[in-house]
Amino acid sequence: MKQEALKELLYKMADDQLILGHRNSEWTGMGPLLEEDIAFSSMAQDKVGHSLVMYQMLHQLGENDPDTVAFMRHADQFHNCQFVELPIGEYDFSLMRHFLFDHGELIRFELLAGSSYEPLSLAAKKLKGELRYHKMHADVFIKKLGNATEESITRMQRSLDYAFPFAMGIYEPSPFEESLIEDGVFKGENHLKDLWLESMTKVLNETELKIPDPEAVKPVVGGRTGKHTEHLQPLLDEMAEVFRVDPTAEW
Amino acid sequence: MATPDKNTIMTWLETVKDPEIPVVSLVDLGVITDVVIEQDKVRVEMTPTFAGCPAMDYMRDEVLQVLQENGIKNPEVRISFDTQWSSNMISEKGRQAIKAFGLAPPPMHDLHVDIEMLEQIACPWCNSDDTRLDSPFGPTLCRSIHYCNSCRQAFEQFKPI
Repeated sequence: MKQEALKELLYKMADDQLILGHRNSEWTGMGPLLEEDIAFSSMAQDKVGHSLVMYQMLHQLGENDPDTVAFMRHADQFHNCQFVELPIGEYDFSLMRHFLFDHGELIRFELLAGSSYEPLSLAAKKLKGELRYHKMHADVFIKKLGNATEESITRMQRSLDYAFPFAMGIYEPSPFEESLIEDGVFKGENHLKDLWLESMTKVLNETELKIPDPEAVKPVVGGRTGKHTEHLQPLLDEMAEVFRVDPTAEW
Repeated sequence: MATPDKNTIMTWLETVKDPEIPVVSLVDLGVITDVVIEQDKVRVEMTPTFAGCPAMDYMRDEVLQVLQENGIKNPEVRISFDTQWSSNMISEKGRQAIKAFGLAPPPMHDLHVDIEMLEQIACPWCNSDDTRLDSPFGPTLCRSIHYCNSCRQAFEQFKPI
Protein backbone atom coordinates (compact mmCIF):
# COMPACT_ATOMS: atom_id res chain seq x y z
CA MET A 1 0.00 0.00 0.00
CA LYS A 2 1.39 3.38 -0.97
CA GLN A 3 1.41 5.72 1.98
CA GLU A 4 1.39 8.85 -0.14
CA ALA A 5 -1.86 7.73 -1.79
CA LEU A 6 -3.47 6.88 1.53
CA LYS A 7 -2.51 10.24 3.04
CA GLU A 8 -3.93 12.13 0.08
CA LEU A 9 -7.21 10.28 0.49
CA LEU A 10 -7.37 10.92 4.24
CA TYR A 11 -6.45 14.60 3.92
CA LYS A 12 -9.09 15.42 1.35
CA MET A 13 -11.80 13.65 3.32
CA ALA A 14 -10.77 15.25 6.60
CA ASP A 15 -10.52 18.71 5.08
CA ASP A 16 -13.97 18.38 3.47
CA GLN A 17 -15.43 17.38 6.84
CA LEU A 18 -13.68 20.11 8.81
CA ILE A 19 -14.57 22.92 6.42
CA LEU A 20 -18.17 21.85 5.88
CA GLY A 21 -18.47 21.29 9.63
CA HIS A 22 -17.36 24.86 10.19
CA ARG A 23 -19.81 26.16 7.58
CA ASN A 24 -22.66 24.16 9.14
CA SER A 25 -21.82 25.66 12.53
CA GLU A 26 -22.45 29.12 11.10
CA TRP A 27 -26.16 28.23 11.28
CA THR A 28 -25.99 27.92 15.06
CA GLY A 29 -28.37 30.54 16.43
CA MET A 30 -29.41 31.52 12.89
CA GLY A 31 -31.46 28.60 11.58
CA PRO A 32 -34.78 29.35 9.87
CA LEU A 33 -36.50 27.25 12.54
CA LEU A 34 -35.28 25.88 15.82
CA GLU A 35 -35.11 22.25 14.66
CA GLU A 36 -33.00 23.26 11.67
CA ASP A 37 -30.72 25.33 13.85
CA ILE A 38 -30.18 22.23 15.99
CA ALA A 39 -29.82 19.93 12.98
CA PHE A 40 -27.10 22.00 11.29
CA SER A 41 -25.32 22.45 14.63
CA SER A 42 -25.44 18.69 15.28
CA MET A 43 -24.19 17.89 11.80
CA ALA A 44 -21.40 20.41 12.34
CA GLN A 45 -20.37 18.56 15.48
CA ASP A 46 -20.49 15.23 13.64
CA LYS A 47 -18.44 16.52 10.71
CA VAL A 48 -15.74 18.04 12.90
CA GLY A 49 -15.70 14.77 14.90
CA HIS A 50 -15.25 12.79 11.69
CA SER A 51 -12.39 15.03 10.59
CA LEU A 52 -10.71 14.45 13.97
CA VAL A 53 -10.84 10.69 13.36
CA MET A 54 -9.17 11.18 9.97
CA TYR A 55 -6.53 13.60 11.32
CA GLN A 56 -5.74 11.15 14.13
CA MET A 57 -5.21 8.44 11.52
CA LEU A 58 -2.86 10.80 9.65
CA HIS A 59 -1.02 11.49 12.89
CA GLN A 60 -0.47 7.73 13.27
CA LEU A 61 1.05 7.82 9.79
CA GLY A 62 3.56 10.46 10.87
CA GLU A 63 1.72 13.73 10.13
CA ASN A 64 1.46 16.55 12.66
CA ASP A 65 -1.03 16.39 15.55
CA PRO A 66 -4.68 17.12 14.64
CA ASP A 67 -4.84 20.65 16.14
CA THR A 68 -1.72 21.78 14.31
CA VAL A 69 -2.94 20.27 11.07
CA ALA A 70 -6.38 21.85 11.43
CA PHE A 71 -5.34 25.29 12.61
CA MET A 72 -1.88 26.05 11.25
CA ARG A 73 -2.17 25.44 7.53
CA HIS A 74 -2.68 28.11 4.90
CA ALA A 75 -5.56 27.82 2.39
CA ASP A 76 -3.34 26.47 -0.38
CA GLN A 77 -2.37 23.53 1.87
CA PHE A 78 -5.98 22.42 2.21
CA HIS A 79 -7.30 19.58 0.05
CA ASN A 80 -11.04 20.14 0.45
CA CYS A 81 -13.17 20.57 -2.65
CA GLN A 82 -14.27 24.13 -3.34
CA PHE A 83 -17.90 23.17 -2.80
CA VAL A 84 -17.58 22.95 1.00
CA GLU A 85 -15.84 26.31 1.42
CA LEU A 86 -18.57 28.37 -0.28
CA PRO A 87 -20.36 30.70 2.16
CA ILE A 88 -23.58 29.36 3.66
CA GLY A 89 -25.67 31.80 1.65
CA GLU A 90 -29.40 31.47 2.12
CA TYR A 91 -30.86 28.35 3.73
CA ASP A 92 -31.84 26.92 0.32
CA PHE A 93 -28.20 26.77 -0.73
CA SER A 94 -26.98 25.30 2.57
CA LEU A 95 -29.69 22.66 2.42
CA MET A 96 -28.90 21.78 -1.20
CA ARG A 97 -25.18 21.56 -0.46
CA HIS A 98 -25.88 19.33 2.55
CA PHE A 99 -28.09 17.08 0.39
CA LEU A 100 -25.59 16.79 -2.47
CA PHE A 101 -22.56 16.36 -0.21
CA ASP A 102 -24.02 13.89 2.26
CA HIS A 103 -25.45 11.53 -0.35
CA GLY A 104 -21.89 11.08 -1.57
CA GLU A 105 -20.39 11.07 1.91
CA LEU A 106 -22.61 8.22 3.09
CA ILE A 107 -21.77 6.08 0.05
CA ARG A 108 -18.08 6.95 0.44
CA PHE A 109 -18.04 5.56 3.97
CA GLU A 110 -20.14 2.54 3.02
CA LEU A 111 -17.46 1.77 0.44
CA LEU A 112 -14.63 2.47 2.89
CA ALA A 113 -16.13 0.03 5.39
CA GLY A 114 -14.66 -2.59 3.04
CA SER A 115 -11.25 -0.86 2.77
CA SER A 116 -8.09 -2.96 2.97
CA TYR A 117 -6.63 -0.30 5.31
CA GLU A 118 -7.99 -1.59 8.58
CA PRO A 119 -8.02 1.61 10.70
CA LEU A 120 -10.08 3.26 7.97
CA SER A 121 -12.46 0.35 7.54
CA LEU A 122 -13.09 0.14 11.31
CA ALA A 123 -13.81 3.88 11.54
CA ALA A 124 -15.98 3.82 8.42
CA LYS A 125 -18.15 1.07 9.88
CA LYS A 126 -18.97 3.47 12.72
CA LEU A 127 -19.20 6.74 10.81
CA LYS A 128 -21.57 5.44 8.13
CA GLY A 129 -24.22 4.89 10.81
CA GLU A 130 -23.96 8.55 11.81
CA LEU A 131 -24.08 9.66 8.18
CA ARG A 132 -27.37 7.83 7.61
CA TYR A 133 -28.95 10.51 9.79
CA HIS A 134 -27.43 13.27 7.66
CA LYS A 135 -28.88 11.78 4.48
CA MET A 136 -32.22 11.13 6.17
CA HIS A 137 -32.44 14.75 7.28
CA ALA A 138 -31.49 16.12 3.86
CA ASP A 139 -33.98 13.90 2.04
CA VAL A 140 -36.91 14.97 4.22
CA PHE A 141 -36.32 18.67 3.59
CA ILE A 142 -35.44 18.34 -0.10
CA LYS A 143 -38.69 16.47 -0.65
CA LYS A 144 -40.65 19.04 1.38
CA LEU A 145 -39.22 22.16 -0.26
CA GLY A 146 -38.90 20.55 -3.68
CA ASN A 147 -42.66 20.02 -3.75
CA ALA A 148 -44.07 22.87 -1.66
CA THR A 149 -44.72 26.30 -3.18
CA GLU A 150 -43.67 27.99 -6.38
CA GLU A 151 -41.17 30.07 -4.43
CA SER A 152 -39.63 27.08 -2.63
CA ILE A 153 -39.34 25.07 -5.86
CA THR A 154 -37.81 28.01 -7.73
CA ARG A 155 -35.29 28.67 -4.99
CA MET A 156 -34.32 25.03 -4.60
CA GLN A 157 -33.92 24.71 -8.37
CA ARG A 158 -31.70 27.79 -8.48
CA SER A 159 -29.55 26.37 -5.69
CA LEU A 160 -29.33 23.00 -7.40
CA ASP A 161 -28.23 24.57 -10.69
CA TYR A 162 -25.61 26.68 -8.93
CA ALA A 163 -24.37 23.89 -6.63
CA PHE A 164 -24.25 21.05 -9.13
CA PRO A 165 -20.93 21.85 -10.92
CA PHE A 166 -19.29 22.33 -7.51
CA ALA A 167 -20.78 19.03 -6.27
CA MET A 168 -19.33 17.25 -9.32
CA GLY A 169 -15.97 18.66 -8.19
CA ILE A 170 -16.11 16.55 -5.03
CA TYR A 171 -15.16 13.62 -7.24
CA GLU A 172 -12.09 15.21 -8.84
CA PRO A 173 -9.84 12.17 -9.33
CA SER A 174 -6.60 12.09 -7.36
CA PRO A 175 -3.29 11.21 -9.00
CA PHE A 176 -3.40 8.00 -6.97
CA GLU A 177 -6.76 6.57 -8.06
CA GLU A 178 -5.30 3.45 -9.68
CA SER A 179 -3.03 2.67 -6.78
CA LEU A 180 -5.86 3.04 -4.24
CA ILE A 181 -8.14 0.81 -6.32
CA GLU A 182 -5.44 -1.81 -6.91
CA ASP A 183 -4.55 -1.96 -3.23
CA GLY A 184 -8.21 -2.23 -2.23
CA VAL A 185 -8.06 0.95 -0.12
CA PHE A 186 -10.88 2.73 -1.95
CA LYS A 187 -13.02 2.00 -5.01
CA GLY A 188 -12.18 5.35 -6.60
CA GLU A 189 -13.87 8.69 -7.18
CA ASN A 190 -15.42 7.75 -10.53
CA HIS A 191 -17.12 4.71 -9.08
CA LEU A 192 -18.35 6.79 -6.16
CA LYS A 193 -19.61 9.52 -8.48
CA ASP A 194 -21.79 7.06 -10.42
CA LEU A 195 -23.32 5.70 -7.22
CA TRP A 196 -23.85 9.25 -5.95
CA LEU A 197 -25.67 10.33 -9.12
CA GLU A 198 -27.93 7.31 -8.85
CA SER A 199 -28.65 7.87 -5.16
CA MET A 200 -29.48 11.56 -5.30
CA THR A 201 -31.40 11.26 -8.57
CA LYS A 202 -33.75 8.82 -6.87
CA VAL A 203 -34.69 11.46 -4.27
CA LEU A 204 -34.84 14.39 -6.70
CA ASN A 205 -37.18 12.37 -8.92
CA GLU A 206 -39.70 12.55 -6.10
CA THR A 207 -39.66 16.36 -6.34
CA GLU A 208 -40.45 19.02 -8.94
CA LEU A 209 -36.72 19.73 -9.31
CA LYS A 210 -34.86 19.09 -12.58
CA ILE A 211 -31.41 17.54 -12.35
CA PRO A 212 -28.80 19.22 -14.56
CA ASP A 213 -27.28 16.90 -17.17
CA PRO A 214 -24.02 15.64 -15.63
CA GLU A 215 -22.52 15.18 -19.12
CA ALA A 216 -23.14 18.85 -19.96
CA VAL A 217 -21.78 20.26 -16.70
CA LYS A 218 -18.15 21.25 -16.24
CA PRO A 219 -17.11 20.16 -12.71
CA VAL A 220 -15.46 22.85 -10.58
CA VAL A 221 -12.13 21.25 -9.67
CA GLY A 222 -8.83 22.38 -8.17
CA GLY A 223 -9.62 22.16 -4.45
CA ARG A 224 -7.85 18.80 -4.12
CA THR A 225 -4.59 20.41 -5.25
CA GLY A 226 -4.88 23.50 -3.09
CA LYS A 227 -6.63 25.85 -5.51
CA HIS A 228 -9.39 27.57 -3.61
CA THR A 229 -11.90 30.39 -3.85
CA GLU A 230 -11.39 33.64 -1.98
CA HIS A 231 -13.77 32.30 0.69
CA LEU A 232 -11.49 29.70 2.29
CA GLN A 233 -8.73 31.83 3.86
CA PRO A 234 -11.12 34.10 5.83
CA LEU A 235 -12.84 30.95 7.17
CA LEU A 236 -9.48 29.52 8.30
CA ASP A 237 -8.48 32.80 9.90
CA GLU A 238 -11.68 32.83 11.93
CA MET A 239 -11.47 29.15 12.87
CA ALA A 240 -7.86 29.39 14.04
CA GLU A 241 -8.05 32.76 15.77
CA VAL A 242 -7.92 31.45 19.35
CA PHE A 243 -5.34 28.77 18.59
CA ARG A 244 -3.02 31.27 16.94
CA VAL A 245 -3.24 33.71 19.82
CA ASP A 246 -2.54 30.99 22.38
CA PRO A 247 -1.78 27.45 21.15
CA THR A 248 -1.89 26.14 24.73
CA ALA A 249 -5.38 27.51 25.44
CA GLU A 250 -8.01 24.96 26.45
CA TRP A 251 -11.60 25.46 25.36
CA MET B 1 -2.46 -5.65 46.53
CA ALA B 2 -3.31 -8.32 43.97
CA THR B 3 -4.76 -7.03 40.74
CA PRO B 4 -8.55 -7.56 40.86
CA ASP B 5 -10.34 -9.52 38.17
CA LYS B 6 -12.28 -8.12 35.23
CA ASN B 7 -15.71 -8.52 36.87
CA THR B 8 -14.64 -6.54 39.92
CA ILE B 9 -13.30 -3.74 37.72
CA MET B 10 -16.54 -3.73 35.69
CA THR B 11 -18.47 -3.30 38.95
CA TRP B 12 -16.38 -0.22 39.79
CA LEU B 13 -16.96 1.20 36.33
CA GLU B 14 -20.71 0.97 36.82
CA THR B 15 -20.36 4.05 39.00
CA VAL B 16 -19.23 6.12 36.00
CA LYS B 17 -22.26 7.63 34.30
CA ASP B 18 -22.84 9.19 30.91
CA PRO B 19 -22.65 12.94 31.70
CA GLU B 20 -25.47 13.65 29.22
CA ILE B 21 -27.75 10.91 30.64
CA PRO B 22 -26.54 10.67 34.23
CA VAL B 23 -28.65 7.61 35.07
CA VAL B 24 -26.87 5.23 32.68
CA SER B 25 -23.43 3.81 33.42
CA LEU B 26 -20.77 3.52 30.76
CA VAL B 27 -20.95 -0.26 31.17
CA ASP B 28 -24.71 -0.34 30.48
CA LEU B 29 -24.26 2.12 27.62
CA GLY B 30 -21.86 -0.33 25.98
CA VAL B 31 -18.98 2.12 25.52
CA ILE B 32 -16.69 0.04 27.74
CA THR B 33 -15.87 -2.78 25.37
CA ASP B 34 -13.21 -4.64 27.37
CA VAL B 35 -10.98 -4.62 30.42
CA VAL B 36 -7.56 -6.08 29.71
CA ILE B 37 -5.42 -7.18 32.66
CA GLU B 38 -1.82 -8.02 31.91
CA GLN B 39 0.23 -8.80 35.02
CA ASP B 40 -0.35 -5.71 37.17
CA LYS B 41 -1.39 -3.41 34.30
CA VAL B 42 -5.03 -2.55 33.72
CA ARG B 43 -6.26 -1.18 30.43
CA VAL B 44 -9.87 -0.24 29.74
CA GLU B 45 -11.01 -0.34 26.11
CA MET B 46 -13.63 2.25 25.15
CA THR B 47 -15.42 3.21 21.95
CA PRO B 48 -17.29 6.47 21.29
CA THR B 49 -21.08 6.58 20.88
CA PHE B 50 -20.54 9.33 18.32
CA ALA B 51 -17.19 10.33 16.81
CA GLY B 52 -17.91 13.96 17.69
CA CYS B 53 -19.13 13.24 21.22
CA PRO B 54 -17.70 16.04 23.38
CA ALA B 55 -18.15 13.95 26.55
CA MET B 56 -15.58 11.33 25.53
CA ASP B 57 -12.57 12.99 27.18
CA TYR B 58 -14.61 13.58 30.30
CA MET B 59 -15.67 9.92 30.43
CA ARG B 60 -12.09 8.73 29.95
CA ASP B 61 -10.89 10.93 32.82
CA GLU B 62 -13.69 9.62 35.07
CA VAL B 63 -12.75 6.02 34.29
CA LEU B 64 -9.09 6.71 35.09
CA GLN B 65 -10.08 8.39 38.34
CA VAL B 66 -12.26 5.48 39.48
CA LEU B 67 -9.49 3.00 38.75
CA GLN B 68 -6.96 5.09 40.69
CA GLU B 69 -9.34 5.50 43.64
CA ASN B 70 -9.54 1.71 43.77
CA GLY B 71 -5.77 1.40 43.98
CA ILE B 72 -4.87 0.65 40.36
CA LYS B 73 -1.50 2.17 39.54
CA ASN B 74 -1.03 3.82 36.15
CA PRO B 75 -4.26 2.61 34.57
CA GLU B 76 -4.75 3.13 30.86
CA VAL B 77 -7.77 3.89 28.71
CA ARG B 78 -7.65 3.17 25.00
CA ILE B 79 -10.34 4.68 22.78
CA SER B 80 -10.73 3.00 19.40
CA PHE B 81 -13.16 1.79 16.74
CA ASP B 82 -11.98 -1.84 17.10
CA THR B 83 -15.49 -2.54 18.32
CA GLN B 84 -17.89 -0.08 16.71
CA TRP B 85 -20.54 1.19 19.06
CA SER B 86 -24.18 0.64 18.16
CA SER B 87 -27.23 1.43 20.25
CA ASN B 88 -27.92 -2.34 20.19
CA MET B 89 -25.09 -2.58 22.74
CA ILE B 90 -27.09 -0.75 25.43
CA SER B 91 -28.06 -3.28 28.11
CA GLU B 92 -31.64 -4.02 29.18
CA LYS B 93 -30.90 -2.28 32.48
CA GLY B 94 -29.60 0.71 30.53
CA ARG B 95 -32.73 0.82 28.36
CA GLN B 96 -34.96 0.84 31.43
CA ALA B 97 -32.92 3.63 33.00
CA ILE B 98 -33.11 5.68 29.77
CA LYS B 99 -36.90 5.29 29.73
CA ALA B 100 -37.22 6.20 33.41
CA PHE B 101 -35.14 9.30 32.61
CA GLY B 102 -37.88 10.33 30.12
CA LEU B 103 -36.16 9.35 26.87
CA ALA B 104 -37.50 6.69 24.50
CA PRO B 105 -34.92 3.90 24.40
CA PRO B 106 -33.59 2.97 20.92
CA PRO B 107 -35.33 0.04 19.22
CA MET B 108 -33.12 -2.93 18.34
CA HIS B 109 -32.21 -2.92 14.64
CA ASP B 110 -30.15 -4.66 11.96
CA LEU B 111 -27.76 -1.66 11.58
CA HIS B 112 -29.88 -0.21 8.76
CA VAL B 113 -31.79 2.52 10.54
CA ASP B 114 -34.36 4.13 8.27
CA ILE B 115 -36.93 6.84 8.59
CA GLU B 116 -39.85 4.39 8.85
CA MET B 117 -38.39 3.08 12.09
CA LEU B 118 -38.22 6.60 13.52
CA GLU B 119 -41.80 7.48 12.58
CA GLN B 120 -43.30 5.12 15.16
CA ILE B 121 -41.14 5.24 18.23
CA ALA B 122 -43.06 4.27 21.37
CA CYS B 123 -43.75 7.32 23.57
CA PRO B 124 -41.85 7.02 26.86
CA TRP B 125 -44.75 8.65 28.72
CA CYS B 126 -47.84 6.73 27.47
CA ASN B 127 -46.25 3.89 25.43
CA SER B 128 -48.36 4.73 22.34
CA ASP B 129 -46.61 4.26 19.01
CA ASP B 130 -48.88 6.81 17.33
CA THR B 131 -45.97 9.25 17.20
CA ARG B 132 -44.10 11.23 14.58
CA LEU B 133 -40.50 12.22 14.04
CA ASP B 134 -40.01 15.98 14.36
CA SER B 135 -36.27 16.03 13.79
CA PRO B 136 -33.55 13.37 13.58
CA PHE B 137 -31.31 15.78 15.51
CA GLY B 138 -31.85 16.87 19.10
CA PRO B 139 -30.17 18.64 22.02
CA THR B 140 -27.29 16.13 22.06
CA LEU B 141 -25.83 14.09 19.19
CA CYS B 142 -27.46 10.92 20.51
CA ARG B 143 -31.04 12.24 20.65
CA SER B 144 -33.85 12.83 18.16
CA ILE B 145 -37.06 14.84 18.71
CA HIS B 146 -40.54 13.29 18.43
CA TYR B 147 -44.16 14.10 19.13
CA CYS B 148 -46.80 11.78 20.55
CA ASN B 149 -50.21 12.17 18.88
CA SER B 150 -51.80 10.17 21.66
CA CYS B 151 -50.77 12.09 24.81
CA ARG B 152 -49.80 15.22 22.86
CA GLN B 153 -46.36 15.51 24.36
CA ALA B 154 -43.06 16.19 22.68
CA PHE B 155 -40.43 13.68 23.66
CA GLU B 156 -36.86 12.79 22.88
CA GLN B 157 -35.42 9.47 21.88
CA PHE B 158 -31.98 7.97 22.36
CA LYS B 159 -31.37 7.43 18.65
CA PRO B 160 -30.95 3.97 17.20
CA ILE B 161 -27.58 3.89 15.44
